[in-house]
Amino acid sequence: MTTAVRTDAEAHGRTERARTEARAHGRSDPARPRRLALVASKGTLDGAYPPLILAATAASLGWEVGIFFTFYGLDIIHKRRHRKLKVAPVGNPAMPVPVPNLLGALPGMTAAATAMMKGWMKNAHLPDVAEFLDMARESGTKLFACSTTMGVMGVKEKDLVPGVDIAGATAFLDFAADADVSLFV
Amino acid sequence: MSDFTADSELDCKGLLCPLPVYRTSQAMGRLAPGQVLKVECTDPGSLADFPAFARQRGHALLSASALDGVQVFYLRKEAA
Repeated sequence: MTTAVRTDAEAHGRTERARTEARAHGRSDPARPRRLALVASKGTLDGAYPPLILAATAASLGWEVGIFFTFYGLDIIHKRRHRKLKVAPVGNPAMPVPVPNLLGALPGMTAAATAMMKGWMKNAHLPDVAEFLDMARESGTKLFACSTTMGVMGVKEKDLVPGVDIAGATAFLDFAADADVSLFV
Repeated sequence: MSDFTADSELDCKGLLCPLPVYRTSQAMGRLAPGQVLKVECTDPGSLADFPAFARQRGHALLSASALDGVQVFYLRKEAA
């Protein structure tokens, strides 16, 4: 009994030492490309850009990139919905013209906020969501479609843009386990 | 004026992150090792981004300068 406990403690100590050494020496295999693992969980227009911009940038640096699109984030790779992502003025105190929440809920306010952001993006010559998805596919970014979300929300494979991998959290975590940077956005 | 001769030039003026680095990455892919790319940018973030890009990609950032809101970078492609 005592021996078993000591063995566990020793094993734990070895693991910790290995981790400390790994941290001290940097990455285990410097020849391996760096890897970025993103979780895209938001289905708004303003929520779609950060993961897509980070993915395009990381791919430009020669990194491997994977994005796990889950819950409302799945709309970003939904054939129909990714062209209709919106900015919500309700509960958003960062609007350039501060809109009282009650007015933000009026008909047309969401469309107005969305049109405004699309205008900014166009004026800044930034790609739209569809163009960012093209860039992601061209650069070999892995687009994971969360299968649980598909089941919960009744989304079929034919509803998604081409080039996505339908996967559960396990497959994504297997990819993310070797990531140098992991972000939930 | 610059002491470097560019084999290729890329105009990224008016573009914001991630486009300058994205297009530079594509342009570097078309160069042979040893060749030099000149990039012009107006995104103020470029001054921080291009040294990081060169470090990550293993390219040599020969020169970085800014004049009148335009940043000019000379990057040399290193052998893979």
